[in-house]
Amino acid sequence: MSLREKHGAEIDAIVGKYAQKRSAVLALLYIAQDEYGYLTDAGVREVAEILEMPPTDVFEVAGFYSLLYEQPVGKWVLQVCDDVPCCFSGAEELITALEDTLGIKVDQTTADGMFTLQRVKCLADCNRAPLMQANLEYYRDLTPDRIDGVLDELRTRAASGEKLSISGRFAER
Amino acid sequence: MPPLTEHIVLRDLDVPNIGDQEVYIQNGGYEALRIALKEKTPADVMTMVKDAGLRGRGGAGFPAGVKWGFLPKGVYPRYLLCNCDESEPGTFNNHQIVDRNPHQLIEGIILAAYAIECHTAFIYVRGEFAHAARTLQRAVDQAYEKGFLGKDILGSGFELDIIVHRGAGAYICGEETALMESLEGKIGQPRLKPPFPAVAGLYGKPTIINNVETLTNVPMIVRKGVEWYRTFGTERSPGTKVFSLSGHVNRPGNYEVPFGTPLRELIEADYYGGGMRNGNQVKIVVPGGASAAWLTAAQLDVTMDYEALAAAGTMLGSGGVIVLDETVSAVEVAYKMDEFFKHESCGKCTPCREGTHFLVKVLHRLNHGGGRQGDIPILHDVYNQMAGNCFCLLGESAVVPIRSALKLFPHEFEEAIARATAGANGANGKHAIALVTH
Repeated sequence: MSLREKHGAEIDAIVGKYAQKRSAVLALLYIAQDEYGYLTDAGVREVAEILEMPPTDVFEVAGFYSLLYEQPVGKWVLQVCDDVPCCFSGAEELITALEDTLGIKVDQTTADGMFTLQRVKCLADCNRAPLMQANLEYYRDLTPDRIDGVLDELRTRAASGEKLSISGRFAER
Repeated sequence: MPPLTEHIVLRDLDVPNIGDQEVYIQNGGYEALRIALKEKTPADVMTMVKDAGLRGRGGAGFPAGVKWGFLPKGVYPRYLLCNCDESEPGTFNNHQIVDRNPHQLIEGIILAAYAIECHTAFIYVRGEFAHAARTLQRAVDQAYEKGFLGKDILGSGFELDIIVHRGAGAYICGEETALMESLEGKIGQPRLKPPFPAVAGLYGKPTIINNVETLTNVPMIVRKGVEWYRTFGTERSPGTKVFSLSGHVNRPGNYEVPFGTPLRELIEADYYGGGMRNGNQVKIVVPGGASAAWLTAAQLDVTMDYEALAAAGTMLGSGGVIVLDETVSAVEVAYKMDEFFKHESCGKCTPCREGTHFLVKVLHRLNHGGGRQGDIPILHDVYNQMAGNCFCLLGESAVVPIRSALKLFPHEFEEAIARATAGANGANGKHAIALVTH
């Protein structure tokens, strides 16, 4: 099913808010990557068609913003802030512990397709370092001893059939 | 200076659950809007904000009411943009406001829109604030239900729509014209100015853009009056500022303080930062986000207001106060900060795109045990070629960390090179941070 067939009402509501259709491009790319798991070429072209934009313009947008994923990612995208001050407040230890626990390096996805690990820049909750987002939900004061519990919680949520959004459209925290 | 007994912005600290619309209303919420719509003209509201001396909290410190006055007369439609793209490293005050006190921001937006006669406002929320964007959308929906938004607000005939717009991860979109490009569905690259946004902004129309904290001040100014507002802060920096205190203090967090509070008090007082962790010493203080020049332990008596920080050679900036102790190396801090600017450079202009790349390349090898004779002159040369030549402030900001580090801690660079050329590890034998491959 196409994006329009599946999300027509939501898309119309979003596009209808703006004086110019193309203002809805980020919101629609968020929907597209949730639907297809990442921004497939076909998904980007669908968004271009809906917004009557040249596909090149939409590909350019998809390549510019860090939360738009042009490569496949896991069900959960784990993003750890490694900026100042986090990097001096436990972020590096957290990243190392996540790499060890998951058996992957930064920018890789686990073999079961569950987790992708990324380094990101300031997440604006610096007083709660070290800091991670999982599908853009915050995990604060995340010391390495808490990792197992958090990863278990995320696996359980994925197994429960909960609708997950790598775009953070349903972020609860 | 004693801490505030009553907050102007972080009222969530005074009133539990003020994020609930009912609680907000019970505590004076939307009263300012009633007062403005019934008793004041748009010009009256603009004059109040001007007289209160409210200065833009996003970084530039420009008087908000004066900015509003730049709109060309008789040209409509006009747009109001609320900048919630808070991404400056070490800054998290907007985050707390939208999470916990969203209705005061919304009321501020409505008042500002009334003052500038605008009927469509946008809140541009950084993409990572996915939850906060939902909180804001819920609060906006509630405001419509109560008749604070939409057509004929509170029977006044004034109408306003607020659109909550999520970005998708790009620090540059906090730059006002890049934000407008992004809102128009393009990549977030800044525009050449002039024309300034007040003349030709979003969709080419007159546009005013204000920071979250700036707008959140407005309801209290209108409700409690200019005189009351000016009892806080200094003559030229009236009111309060929410400083985001982070790093190696015992009690990191957001603290709303009157302008003019000494930096030392912010770091050391029990009711603010509570001193340094483990009794360590202050080494570097970045008083206004990563774009602000560094201060050292010798400068803690500076007061936190626009004028005093400028006189100290730095700036109040975003109010993100990063305090680092002697466990960090200045070479590492400069590397991490310039890595941030390199990552966020939009690529539009050569000095920023190539300059940040070169800075990080040299800083990387200095931190990696690979420093070379001549690296220090290269760093000076690169940032000097960037300074004053970048298209927007992002590139200019990237100059600041490396210039601060070389000015304040030149021996650390010399030592890193000496160790490397002697065949030893260049970064004090250990890395506090990881060295990402470039």
